[in-house]
Amino acid sequence: MQTFGWPEALFILRSAGWTLALTAIAFFIGGALGGVLAIMRLSRSKWLSRFASGYILVIQSIPVLMVLFMSYYGLSALGIELPPFLAASASLSIYVSAYLAEIWRGSIESVPRQQWEASSSLALTTAQQYRYIILPQAVRISLPPTVGFLVQLVKNTSIVQVVGFVDLMRAGMLVNNATYQAFQIFTLVGAIYFAICFPLSRLSRHLEKVMNASRSH
Amino acid sequence: MLFQDVFSRWPMILNGVGLTIALSFIAIVLGLVLATGMTALRSLAGSWAGYIVDAYVELMRNTPFLVQLFMIFFGLPQIGIRLNGLEASILAMTLNLAAYATEIIRAGVDSIHRSQIEAGLALAMSRWQVLKHVVLQPAFARVWPALSSQFVLMMLASSICSFVSVQELSGTAAIIEQDTFRSFETYIVVTVIYLVLALSLKLFLNWLGHRLFPQVSGLARLTEAHGEAA
Amino acid sequence: MPAVLIEDVHKRFGSLEVLKGVSLSVEPGQVIAIIGRSGSGKSTLLRCINGLETFHAGKIEVAGHTMTQDPKKLRELRKDVGIVFQSYNLFPHLTVGQNIMLSPRITKNVPDAEALALAKDVLAQVGLSEKFDSYPDNLSGGQQQRVAIARSLAMQPKVMLFDEVTSALDPELTGEVLIVMEKLAKAGMTMLLVTHEMNFARTVADTTVFMHQGKIWEQGPSKELFANPQTPELSNFVRAGASH
Repeated sequence: MQTFGWPEALFILRSAGWTLALTAIAFFIGGALGGVLAIMRLSRSKWLSRFASGYILVIQSIPVLMVLFMSYYGLSALGIELPPFLAASASLSIYVSAYLAEIWRGSIESVPRQQWEASSSLALTTAQQYRYIILPQAVRISLPPTVGFLVQLVKNTSIVQVVGFVDLMRAGMLVNNATYQAFQIFTLVGAIYFAICFPLSRLSRHLEKVMNASRSH
Repeated sequence: MLFQDVFSRWPMILNGVGLTIALSFIAIVLGLVLATGMTALRSLAGSWAGYIVDAYVELMRNTPFLVQLFMIFFGLPQIGIRLNGLEASILAMTLNLAAYATEIIRAGVDSIHRSQIEAGLALAMSRWQVLKHVVLQPAFARVWPALSSQFVLMMLASSICSFVSVQELSGTAAIIEQDTFRSFETYIVVTVIYLVLALSLKLFLNWLGHRLFPQVSGLARLTEAHGEAA
Repeated sequence: MPAVLIEDVHKRFGSLEVLKGVSLSVEPGQVIAIIGRSGSGKSTLLRCINGLETFHAGKIEVAGHTMTQDPKKLRELRKDVGIVFQSYNLFPHLTVGQNIMLSPRITKNVPDAEALALAKDVLAQVGLSEKFDSYPDNLSGGQQQRVAIARSLAMQPKVMLFDEVTSALDPELTGEVLIVMEKLAKAGMTMLLVTHEMNFARTVADTTVFMHQGKIWEQGPSKELFANPQTPELSNFVRAGASH
């Protein structure tokens, strides 16, 4: 029987790269989608706003695992075969879009109403108001919760192993199947996740403190 | 599409729903008790207890639930603690929820002003009475919405317990899918059930919040009435 | 042609009628002070003039534009109508200079060099040339309000609205803002101002309008109006010393 040694540990460590890659892809695609959804949610058009809030409500009310299964097993049954990496990226992006849309909607709404009034009084169009006045302020407000959500995303990438994609989690499971030294293996896997997530958590908290300090002066 | 094959297995689905609800309920109740205990420990005992609680919360919040579950299910047997899938799931969910709830309740406790405690003591309340009536009750009331959404997230995360062969809702889905080869239909049905469960849980927690902490809803109404003035 | 023409304007918030048929005509170059208690509808009336509030009946014409809900026409109107708010509402993420140059550049397509010269000019008019590169958070309330006035001026408006612009300021800072406004009035700007500064209304405004319960209760040349109130409501208001 194989034992858990340096080669196995290195294999696990390298797979963390895929976890990071998946996180980055889901964050950027999901973020782009989430930004559009946030603005749709705040749109004056009732239909756009309803569609966006419906989408957000549904995605936030089902397990990420189900989104993943639907896009992998479900679509393949309908004849649409997505490779594991694509299915994983797509479902995580959908998950990210709903949560970031909600976080960013909150950030946009916490820009004071008077900023809208002042800029509309200066004859700016709605698009100009977003671009020059509202979004620059909203982005600042949204930084701490966005970084905080990034932690949730990194952790949630761990479920994509179920469709066979070899990320950090899957690598740990593969080594475990070969060596049966689960305690050491999952301690290492957990430590790597922790090494990614803990600095992000601290950063989020630090940013929040900085914001609170600048707001109260 | 043929939903017939899926619907005909409704007793199995119902079983899965029952197990998802039971798992979530037990984890929420136990997790909340544990979290309250840890919050109290942190504020009452010496600082070393506080550090341990803090370290525990950080550790749980910065590692995936799946790793925690596997550590308990696959890792603990190596040091002689053998739990079945269901036991491991309940333990993992409870420990995970407790960490998040501790962090949330702490924010609530921190929002209670010192002068409130002084006022309670000045009214001849005991320390325990102050903790219960002046600190914990209003703190819980304040963070109930945050706790509620954590509970819903936990219920959704219980789907991960299917990875250690627990036949809760998503585990049931995997079996039906293997039996019928109707993947899309199976996952549509199960996803809709999760949706209904999550929305019902949200409504229930909302209702419970209004029942448990009537003063908060009253406050909300008050601020709303003063919010908009010409 | 009057610079501002308000005809029988009605406005409700829910079931509460806040403007009950207001009519007012302002000639170019005139300075009009609108006074009255909180809830008399004075701020609402002012905000109707640049479309920040909609109204249910009546008509408003300002600087040659007819008030409309059409976004494009409303923007054209707003290029000619400046407003200064009680809470300054500067854009906190932009410097003073950027605050002033933004709208001329992007809504009127003023070339950069011209916008810069314009910004320096209006900033000099409010006496804050040295603050061009400062951020609003680093200015006093009075300075922020003067920048807000400069920002409006950079649009080269035909009419300017002032909504209780000194109410949020400490008493020692109101003077510097009022001096800037007085200079503007003397330079011939058409101005409507909602104010609690009775002394300023009496000395600077040509006409003072007293609003009460959603109506124009009394109006006339400022000095006469304050010296001889015709209604008990106005005389009570003047005697109460203009507190809100």
